[in-house]
Amino acid sequence: MATWHEYLINEGQPPEWPYPIKFGQDREIETDVLVIGGGIAGCWAAISAARQGVRVALLEKGDVERSGSGGPGCDHWCNAPANPLSRVDPDEWAVRMADHPYSNGIGVQIQCRENYDTLLELEQMGGKIRDTEDEYVGAEGRDEKTKFMISPRYGVSHNLLPEPGAGEPGFNPPEKRNNVVIRVWGTTFKPALKKECKRLGVQIFDRVMGTSLLNENGVQGARIVGATGLHSRTGEFLIFRAKSVILAASGAGSMWLMSMEHGGYSNMHSRNDSGDGTAMAWRAGATLTMMERTGTIGIATGLKHKWYTGAGDASYENVPLVDANGKRLPYPIQGWEDAGAMMPAPGVQEKIRQGIMSGEYELPIYGDFPAMSDVERRATWNLMLTEESTTKIMVDTLKDGGCDLSRDQLLSYKFIEGQSLPQWRDAGRGGLLVDWNLKTTLDGLYAAGTQTFSAQDHSYCAATGRYAGRKAAAYAKEVGQGKISREQIEQEKDRVFAPTKRTSGIEWKELHNGLTRAMQYFVSEFITERLLKMGLEEIERIEAEAVPRLFALDPHKLMRSVEDLSMIEHAKIIIQAILARKASSRQLGLNRIDYPEMDPPEWNKFLTVKQENGEVKFGELPQRFYGNMKEQYEAHNKDYTGVYTPNN
Amino acid sequence: MSEQKVYAIPNVQTPNMPVIINPDVCIACYKCVQICPVDVFIPNPKEGGPPIILHAEECWYCGCCANDCPTPGAMTFNWPLPLKPRWRNKETGAVGQLK
Repeated sequence: MATWHEYLINEGQPPEWPYPIKFGQDREIETDVLVIGGGIAGCWAAISAARQGVRVALLEKGDVERSGSGGPGCDHWCNAPANPLSRVDPDEWAVRMADHPYSNGIGVQIQCRENYDTLLELEQMGGKIRDTEDEYVGAEGRDEKTKFMISPRYGVSHNLLPEPGAGEPGFNPPEKRNNVVIRVWGTTFKPALKKECKRLGVQIFDRVMGTSLLNENGVQGARIVGATGLHSRTGEFLIFRAKSVILAASGAGSMWLMSMEHGGYSNMHSRNDSGDGTAMAWRAGATLTMMERTGTIGIATGLKHKWYTGAGDASYENVPLVDANGKRLPYPIQGWEDAGAMMPAPGVQEKIRQGIMSGEYELPIYGDFPAMSDVERRATWNLMLTEESTTKIMVDTLKDGGCDLSRDQLLSYKFIEGQSLPQWRDAGRGGLLVDWNLKTTLDGLYAAGTQTFSAQDHSYCAATGRYAGRKAAAYAKEVGQGKISREQIEQEKDRVFAPTKRTSGIEWKELHNGLTRAMQYFVSEFITERLLKMGLEEIERIEAEAVPRLFALDPHKLMRSVEDLSMIEHAKIIIQAILARKASSRQLGLNRIDYPEMDPPEWNKFLTVKQENGEVKFGELPQRFYGNMKEQYEAHNKDYTGVYTPNN
Repeated sequence: MSEQKVYAIPNVQTPNMPVIINPDVCIACYKCVQICPVDVFIPNPKEGGPPIILHAEECWYCGCCANDCPTPGAMTFNWPLPLKPRWRNKETGAVGQLK
């Protein structure tokens, strides 16, 4: 008796809501630094701010112990050029990593300078980062002195494609590797971060969704002086007053695609990733950039296999792919032989496809684990895949189900599951414009992790969170509490609790699906001004006709309903940003039929967007507006003290 | 069987059982209720009862509930039918798939 319907059948009645209902009841909290989002960036921000001696409150939609995209785990600590085994200079590596259009040189520089310090602090807290039990002695990349396990990734360059000579003898010799990516035991990270937050006295508000930022005196564009939150179990309304606020929420994962009945949300993120932070920053008047970027998602859990359950996905380091007859495919193995290349060279995918059609290769494809040496197989399966986000459970269930990779080959779903439709998209890379303090364009508001524009991976989120925490704390020490507006708070309460006033109409799932359909039709493969405007009209119609009918029967459904409102807001920003960029762009995933020239030089710039007095305002910034990365970083961090010790 | 009470209830969510809970082993500590990022579970109104799977279709299969369950055998992860991974024995070709 564990499902809802079994309970009903056995008890003759459904279970009552198990938490006290407090719809619309207020609770006020005063703090110095408020962090919104308790994932990797948010936890690091909270810890780092608390270490500066200020009061910190952290609110998180799930439970900080396992929430966020990095909550279940992490396998690669990427871009750690300051580690002792690295052969590259951190500042030079940062320039290389940021050497593409629309990169965030600020965040990348912070990552490259500080993520090794961040990793060592993680170890202090109880995170496992070394092979201290000597489980992988003999594995390539393992250093006996430090017990670090270097990953093949970025061995020769940061390119995801194979470098010339990959696979040939003498390519990527151990004595020449970059050694900038470390294999880590990421399942230990999130519980350690929560423990440290508690030890430092961070006030944690689990199950609280941030809903709005509070501007001083309620004026859009003014300093941020607090935020509001919704408790997703009780419906309580929380009002936070803070001297500074750090946005560390997620991007929006399922704006184009929602197919829960197949299992999962048909993307690699949980529904909690609904872009609430971006939507609330927009309403508060913060400047966003890269909002016009979208891309087809390769991973569509549910509509495709669950990421990582088919051999050949990321983290399958050194696993050769073979066809049904055991013939090796010319596909990169993300291993030592190809220096961690993750994508096939141009034309190779098509060559394999033609080989399949001609009979040269027979489907299906398998990951040939038995062909690997015992220690390399264990390093890939027991370390990388066990420790990566959401994959420990896959490894454990396969093991329990009788799969033994010393003799078994794992089925890969490449080709047989088909390509993603161009309408299966996500946003991503759009976010808040930040400066060298990770401060946004609003006083008192900072951003970290995925919330920044052009964000990167786990260690980027950790390092930028840690950085934003100390900067926001320094600001909080200099200022007093700002004046909040009761009118702004009351308006927000009306917005948030409206769905609880009804018991029928449109439920959050239908609203979500209505939005995804509008985005699929009007903001996908075929982009023209006419279609975009139709998309905007469609979404405005949804707002005018469907949103007023939205109903929520309990606090959880209310949270999902408010997430829908965030996604609707987010979608409108995206459409308006695309309308404003009258050009196609490969990097931004835009193929405009009405402006077909790809990346014309006059459009080689960031487009910024914000709301001012309710009007949408656009601006622009040159590529690399952030200046010389090394010089700027050093100018802004003269007081940086390195790895935390209780005495510094 | 003819006396079995049948309720009029909406279609059951799909998928509806991301984990299989053994009520005889579960100690109702509700660690899973605490940590599930998307709040799939609620505590059982009956004291000592196993958690109830309420929002089954919201599960994104992160596995944290089963990974962190402190009671061996209390919770088994249950992949939805379309998502069950497959493998084969390299020597014999025998095909395996999670049940």
